[in-house]
Amino acid sequence: MKHLKQFLLMAMLLFTLAPLQVSAKENIDVKEILWGHIKDSYEWHITKVGDHPVVIHLPIIVNTTSGWHVFCSSEFSEEKDANGDRPGPFNLVIKNADAQANPNKIVEKVGGQEVRPLDISITKTVCVLFIDAIILLLCVLIPARWCRKHKVDDPAPKGFVGLMHMFIMSVYTDVIEATLGKEAPKYAPWLLTCFFFIFVANIMGIVPFPPGGGNLTGNIACTVFFGVTTFLITNFTGTKEYWKDIFWPEVPTWLKVPVPLMPFIELFGIFTKPLALIIRLFANMMAGHAIALSFAAIIFIMFNISENAIANYVAGTGMTIVSVAMSAFMMLLEVLVSYIQALVFTMLSAVFISLAHVKSHEAEPEIVK
Amino acid sequence: MDLLIPDSGLLFWMTLVFIIVFIILWKAGFPAIIKMVTDRKAFIDESLKKAHEANEKLANIQKEGESILQEAREKQAAILKEAADTRDAIVEKAQDKAREEGARLLSDAKAQIETEKQNAIREIRGQVAELSVQIAEKVLKAKLSDDKAQMDMINRLLDEVSSDNKQ
Repeated sequence: MKHLKQFLLMAMLLFTLAPLQVSAKENIDVKEILWGHIKDSYEWHITKVGDHPVVIHLPIIVNTTSGWHVFCSSEFSEEKDANGDRPGPFNLVIKNADAQANPNKIVEKVGGQEVRPLDISITKTVCVLFIDAIILLLCVLIPARWCRKHKVDDPAPKGFVGLMHMFIMSVYTDVIEATLGKEAPKYAPWLLTCFFFIFVANIMGIVPFPPGGGNLTGNIACTVFFGVTTFLITNFTGTKEYWKDIFWPEVPTWLKVPVPLMPFIELFGIFTKPLALIIRLFANMMAGHAIALSFAAIIFIMFNISENAIANYVAGTGMTIVSVAMSAFMMLLEVLVSYIQALVFTMLSAVFISLAHVKSHEAEPEIVK
Repeated sequence: MDLLIPDSGLLFWMTLVFIIVFIILWKAGFPAIIKMVTDRKAFIDESLKKAHEANEKLANIQKEGESILQEAREKQAAILKEAADTRDAIVEKAQDKAREEGARLLSDAKAQIETEKQNAIREIRGQVAELSVQIAEKVLKAKLSDDKAQMDMINRLLDEVSSDNKQ
């Protein structure tokens, strides 16, 4: 056993010696690596075998001035034109990543003007969205099927079904029921779907190879959807007292008339609440991906730090050990963050909904009775 | 900055996919699981309560059984004691009766013996008197064979009678 460990250590050290051929200084574009991963793209770049990139080309669906077009993203040329754009069919180009307007997006060239068409392409993030949705459905429908096929007095479920039951109930009782009380069953399906959708997407984002590796919850479009839906549910189910507390709160009258200071602040609060949800989830997950990628990129930067091959080798090998250790640590931290962010989102959504369901202060003593 | 602008295409797919997923999970997922787990919890709690009650009942039954046994033992002891007392009383009574009977028999026997004795004595006396009269007759015949003796006798008897009268 002891010898085995030593042998493994030697093997790992030899493995770090492998990139010895890196000698000449190369410029590593960390920004491109980072943005390339964090931002959406029309194809799924998996890895590079030798000089040949392994890419999954995804379907493009656009509504241009010449109508609907559905084609494969491989029809865009790999070669970039003078502007750094990638030309494709139907006067469409994928804009340069550094462009001012619509970087990395499909635009249509109409008479010298660049117009953004209605673009519902299955991009990398949409693809990840589909995969996550299927995983989520499997994770919930399998335990639900068990429930339909068993009676109350059957033996307890084992394994995955048992785990999911426990997981769902932990979120339900500790977060939703604790916050919403009697109204919990009404909002539980929505909040639980949000929780598990975010959690699955976060966890799949950590997995570094397909079907994982996408950056769904770190994309603002995804979090905007969650924020807007929470905003809509909160305000459309709000009680009369909720709106009264916003426009005529119980504060000294000079705070309300002639200058409606408190109503203004309260009204502002309606929008900041979901905005906080949007930004929190987006920033947390994006930062997690950025850090994980940065630690990986450090290895390649250090192998190209100087003109001297020996110095590169020493710096790169040393940094590899540090970077791998830090990456492992960050990965574990990200797993924790995945859970915490999903939980925080669900908890805050539940709190916002419960705040919108305030009963009038006169009615409260009756409830106590 | 484009990082902070939601892409319309992704937003469209996100809305579509999420709402489909939500409806499926709403109709077939979460409520079923929550209901099942809540029901199971209630069932398990109920079963535990019942088991607890049954245990308590069992302990009570054991205690009751012990008390019944104890009572039975006490009753048995009491009955045994009573039986012994009765036996003793009966034996004593019998002994008393026997003693009395014995005494009575003894006294009867004694009385009979006494009567027999008296009878025997009376008989003997009669016989003796008869015998003595016969003997006296014979003696008197022998003694009064002559006149002189007869005269003495008459005189003496007369004396005796006179002395008796004087008194």
